[in-house]
Amino acid sequence: MIYLLCLVLFCVGIYGLLSKRNIIKMIVGLIIAEHAVNLFFILVAYRRNGRAPILAPDVAITQMVDPLPQALVLTAIVIGLATTALLVALAIRIYGKYGTYDIAKIRELRG
Amino acid sequence: MVELYFLLVFMIIGSVGALQAKDLLSSVVALGAVGLGLCLTFLILKAPDVAITQLVVEILSIIILIRATLRKDLPEVPTGGWMFPSAMGVGFAVILLLVALKCFPDLPVFGEPKLRVAQHYLDSGLQETGAANLVASVILDYRAYDTLGEATVLLTAVMGVLAVVRKVGRKKPDQPEEQTDA
Repeated sequence: MIYLLCLVLFCVGIYGLLSKRNIIKMIVGLIIAEHAVNLFFILVAYRRNGRAPILAPDVAITQMVDPLPQALVLTAIVIGLATTALLVALAIRIYGKYGTYDIAKIRELRG
Repeated sequence: MVELYFLLVFMIIGSVGALQAKDLLSSVVALGAVGLGLCLTFLILKAPDVAITQLVVEILSIIILIRATLRKDLPEVPTGGWMFPSAMGVGFAVILLLVALKCFPDLPVFGEPKLRVAQHYLDSGLQETGAANLVASVILDYRAYDTLGEATVLLTAVMGVLAVVRKVGRKKPDQPEEQTDA
């Protein structure tokens, strides 16, 4: 079952987000979870032996994959880039202030 | 569909490698491999627009992440007392997996989508919008407010990044360590 593999990928991302102590590793886990969600939408839209949703003289409507989730995922990917840029900018500021990416040490240094 | 399973297993292995790598730069490189595998998967699933966007976005986000990890490839030194969050992460993932297994019978079968709304887009998209690419007609005509909201989010995020990383106008410029900005 292909949905199960997609879900395993999401769980790997959530595990990284929850259990890593390095800020960059947490961002990497978040990006992986985001990839898994995008992939899930495209998987739901797929039609067996389908064609890309671009009209051509030799393509019948009944052969096309679903264009709606593809449009939503297209939006979600770009927003994912924006949030990643914001997260990395915050991480760089934190590194400039504390000199480390380790959240345990940052917690000790606060004050 | 063998290549789809192969690519998904490759992505899972790559993401585990990205999370368990010792230094940050190899972690970011493994993340880039996962993103390119995702791009190939989109191509196999007949979504060329999404694949092109994913390729560009992946390259940009890898550049941003490498900017953060350059010259700072600190080795990760695991100290004691960090077992609890690890166990919590694994436990949460297992619980999520078990709950989602209950939901799988309600999903549409892979390869046979339920085209409730999209059937109208497929049937009359050419007459109503004049676009041969139906994904573009959904983005720019049927759901153009979504795209407007996306542009708003992008603008807000860029303003946030500029406000966070800027040097000029900061109150305390006499910090001892070198300020990094992008």
